[in-house]
Amino acid sequence: MKIRKNVAISESGYIFNPTTGESFSVNPIGIEIFYMIKEGKSYEEISKTILANFRTDEDTFEKDYHDFVGLLNHYLLIEKENEKEN
Amino acid sequence: MKRKINVAVTGLNAIDSPGPGIAVIRGLREAKSLDVRIIGLAYESLEPGIYMHDLIDKTYQIPYPSAGTDSLMSRLQYIHEVEKLDVIIPNFDAELLPFIKLEKKLMEMGIRTFLPTEKQFDERHKVNLPEFGKKYSIKVPFSKAIYSASEIHGLNHEFTYPLVVKGKYYDAEIAHTPEQAMAYFTKISSKWGLPIIIQQYVKGTEYNSTGLGDGNGNTIAAVPMRKQYITDKGKAWGGISVDDEEIINLTNHFVSTTKWRGGFELELMKNSGNDFYLMEVNPRMPAWIYLSVGVGQNIPEALVRLALGEEVKPYESFAVGKMFVRYSYDMIVDVEEFHKISTFGEL
Repeated sequence: MKIRKNVAISESGYIFNPTTGESFSVNPIGIEIFYMIKEGKSYEEISKTILANFRTDEDTFEKDYHDFVGLLNHYLLIEKENEKEN
Repeated sequence: MKRKINVAVTGLNAIDSPGPGIAVIRGLREAKSLDVRIIGLAYESLEPGIYMHDLIDKTYQIPYPSAGTDSLMSRLQYIHEVEKLDVIIPNFDAELLPFIKLEKKLMEMGIRTFLPTEKQFDERHKVNLPEFGKKYSIKVPFSKAIYSASEIHGLNHEFTYPLVVKGKYYDAEIAHTPEQAMAYFTKISSKWGLPIIIQQYVKGTEYNSTGLGDGNGNTIAAVPMRKQYITDKGKAWGGISVDDEEIINLTNHFVSTTKWRGGFELELMKNSGNDFYLMEVNPRMPAWIYLSVGVGQNIPEALVRLALGEEVKPYESFAVGKMFVRYSYDMIVDVEEFHKISTFGEL
């Protein structure tokens, strides 16, 4: 899974998709997860980092993580499998 | 060195449904290659641009297009005698045809324009959009022109509600029932005449693209924008430049296949399947043209240079993620100025 190359996130947590012109805001945990996905980290690595730094359990994180990724997909922020890198 | 020229511009009605004139003039004022004297051409004495003396050097009233080309021509001759015009930029759909028809005569007088041909103007007309889409392989929503309110009851054989009721030149309303369609037919036809265009409603996100074609199939400029804030009149009050390859490709395809000459705006709708539909082609620069200047493609400047016969290289990039946010502003105007433009037709 890869975040589209041209998608940017600001320090304040605003994600801007230059292809569609849409902006989205995410909370501090969202920023952290977004950066980790962008860096190409695996689910296991991300899970480990979040569980170490935030008071949450594995089941809750797994559910929330997949919800978050679902939203990134829905808003076309993630490259599709068959899509060429631009 | 900047070239000194006199440019006449229409569309000074910077109101809630604004003409493009003021945005065009701002672009020309910021042009790196031109030193412009701006002559405003107004229809009504309360068009705000008339009183914007920091943007417009002198304004003349001109007759409405319905008065015919002869009366427009004689007024332009008078203005030209005084102002020695180099270029005229008409900015209203309704006045484009008279200006296209006068193009040769104006050229003989030494006044340049850079407009689409009469054929280009006609074939992209709302009434002809289905044929236009077919001819140039561009997806357009199904539409048809109707001339009588009695045709509305039969529309459910060809359309599903909601549908869009559109005026010949301006105005569009979404009708959810035949009764609403009937009411909008009456309202819009009484303002803009017949026919009324019925178009299948496409649900989605509105995108626009503005650009400039050189008349030989080359895109000189192209800037796509997503509307962020839409007024009750359907006008963009805020928008953002986007980097959508599909829109750029569609714009280039439009210019290369039609060999479009002049400025234009493509109104697009992206549906839930991420397909773009061409809703309308406006044969002139849009009211938000200043965004193109803000993102690095000064389309008004490039258009004037093409009109002057200069070679203009295509713009290759623009800044993505730049927004325009429109605002309204009250000017304090001396009543004498209003009297002057109303009485003498000049200010």
